[in-house]
Amino acid sequence: MNAERITEKLNILADAAKYDVSCSSSGSKRKNKDKGLGNASNGICHTYTEDGRCVSLLKILLTNVCIYDCAYCVSRKSNDIKRAAFTVQEVVDLTISFYRRNYIEGLFLSSGIFKDADYTMERLVQVAKKLRTEHNFNGYIHLKSIPGASDELMREAGLYADRLSINLEMPTAEGLKLLAPDKDRQDMIKPMGFLKNEIILRSEEKKLFKKAPIFAPAGQSTQVIIGATPETDQQILSMADQFYRGFKLRRVYYSGYVPVIKDNRLPALNSDVPMVRENRLYQADWLMRNYQFNVNEIVNANNPLLDLDIDPKLGWALRNLNVFPIDINKADLQVILRVPGIGVQSAEKIVSARRFGKLNWDQLKKIGIAINRARYFITCHSSKFERRDLTATAIKQYILAESSSKYLKNSSVQLGLF
Amino acid sequence: MITTLIYDGTFEGLLTAVFEIYEHRLDLVRIKKGEWLNTALFENTIKVVTENTRADRVLKGLKQKLSAMGLQRLYAAHLAEMDGEDDNLLGYIRYVFDSSQNVEEDYGNKYVMRVSEIVRSVRRERHRMEAFIRFKELKDNTYYATIEPDFNVLPLLVKHFRDRYADQKWIIYDIRRSYGVYYDIHDTQYISLDFATLDPGNAIAAFNENEVLYQDLWKNYFNSVNIPARKNTKLHLRHVPKRYWRHLTEKI
Repeated sequence: MNAERITEKLNILADAAKYDVSCSSSGSKRKNKDKGLGNASNGICHTYTEDGRCVSLLKILLTNVCIYDCAYCVSRKSNDIKRAAFTVQEVVDLTISFYRRNYIEGLFLSSGIFKDADYTMERLVQVAKKLRTEHNFNGYIHLKSIPGASDELMREAGLYADRLSINLEMPTAEGLKLLAPDKDRQDMIKPMGFLKNEIILRSEEKKLFKKAPIFAPAGQSTQVIIGATPETDQQILSMADQFYRGFKLRRVYYSGYVPVIKDNRLPALNSDVPMVRENRLYQADWLMRNYQFNVNEIVNANNPLLDLDIDPKLGWALRNLNVFPIDINKADLQVILRVPGIGVQSAEKIVSARRFGKLNWDQLKKIGIAINRARYFITCHSSKFERRDLTATAIKQYILAESSSKYLKNSSVQLGLF
Repeated sequence: MITTLIYDGTFEGLLTAVFEIYEHRLDLVRIKKGEWLNTALFENTIKVVTENTRADRVLKGLKQKLSAMGLQRLYAAHLAEMDGEDDNLLGYIRYVFDSSQNVEEDYGNKYVMRVSEIVRSVRRERHRMEAFIRFKELKDNTYYATIEPDFNVLPLLVKHFRDRYADQKWIIYDIRRSYGVYYDIHDTQYISLDFATLDPGNAIAAFNENEVLYQDLWKNYFNSVNIPARKNTKLHLRHVPKRYWRHLTEKI
């Protein structure tokens, strides 16, 4: 391998792939077989970039050559940048060598469009096939499907990849039309439908025949860019909800637009990346997937935008004070999960612990709930109840005053991505 | 009067100490790990000689009162080797034996809570080691990694790396505690290396010829994926605490 050339390619093709925010390597169930290399299921972040994002997979483009000219994309045809392309073998070697050193959980392979969708998709599939069949590699593989690729190639991709994804790019068809006039939203949605059906079919088959091959065991995901077009959070989250329901997507990723190109359809080059908004969207998405919140409870016609200064669960609680206070020693798990400051693990611990006796504030604090928020919404085995008859505005003020470091307005601090 | 029991720091030793406490019906006790010194200044000190048959009897008792997961958690808490925590582990064990039902989820109890906190810390570090271990390929194709975890998590890592790297020889060496694990594609065994006889100048010569190239490629990759417009040092440091940097290829 020519060290200089491969270093240059890696620099170019990793740099071009970094705006793809998907990082997950969990949700699969691939075991190491026949004393091969690797397994996939754990979802380990092996390091974090200086901007605080997790690095779990070798995330690269096969090529940054592209026939399209999307306004938001650094690899757009009309952008004057250095171009490069990996060979199939180079990607395979890099993946194996990085994996053996425990740098990564696997490969995330995306690509600019070489000639047409099938020509490009075929190469992505070749990489995955080689890894699985020639190297007995059982680590995680996430392939970015190319919109417009044939069903046959999509099916083959599913046999080798753990996860497949197609970027929706923009939350609405109008946004896409504006910034990527050559692309058609239907080309993205159609393969999602095909994959959804294929995944269901194959998992039924797997139930009947143990030897049936696994097919995209970590399912599908997608990504949308936010802040490049004027959609509201309600539009964005409703879109996500629709895809979770309709296509059984595992994840929707939200990528705050990073201005990289001067174009009068886009925010100016010096505008800030909407990091706080992006974080609030992830929190809201989390509530939908892990806390059984309905999208309309989080955003609706009266509240189309998420609060930037408080998290969406606290926002919901303040709009629904009539639900509270709840008795921590009696309420159902589902109700406890809705209390601001109580996460899934703490809620489960509370429900376990109270079988042995009633819990008081000290014990709740030790269990790990955030008392500064939760205390306005719960009662426990103690005479004190902090809320008194405070209004929502007053509670919000108290909480903000107490936790200024976390919720400080205009803070440059970005909260952790999930 | 308080009786102090001194044991050898092993899990079997701890369980033997518990056996003696019950056998001698000791009530006010303290447990410490350490060397037994004839000049020990403590009065009322018992030297615990680790005995597997006694440890096994306590273990059997624990198995009747705890789930397999509960027992595993107690073992993990012991691996934390935290100063002064042996008394809490003892409190936990006594609470378990004194209760008629399984109490491992009684998080309102101070001992159960403390064990749960310790286990959380140990698991966090185990998880970090699964993430931050960086293997280097040696000339004989063995992959070698050094670690310096705060807690003694190496025994908790063996299964993970066996399941993952089944087709390559590897060594993970805890340089703080001077022992390691060697996997030879068939079995794993605990080993200790004599660094005194190794020449540190030879470390690079021991690498496989491609090793430095892949380390450089990884460092380059790490820098390429950073988005300067989103720089967030505080978050970065929270995820990758500085004490781990000296073993992280991308941070050296």
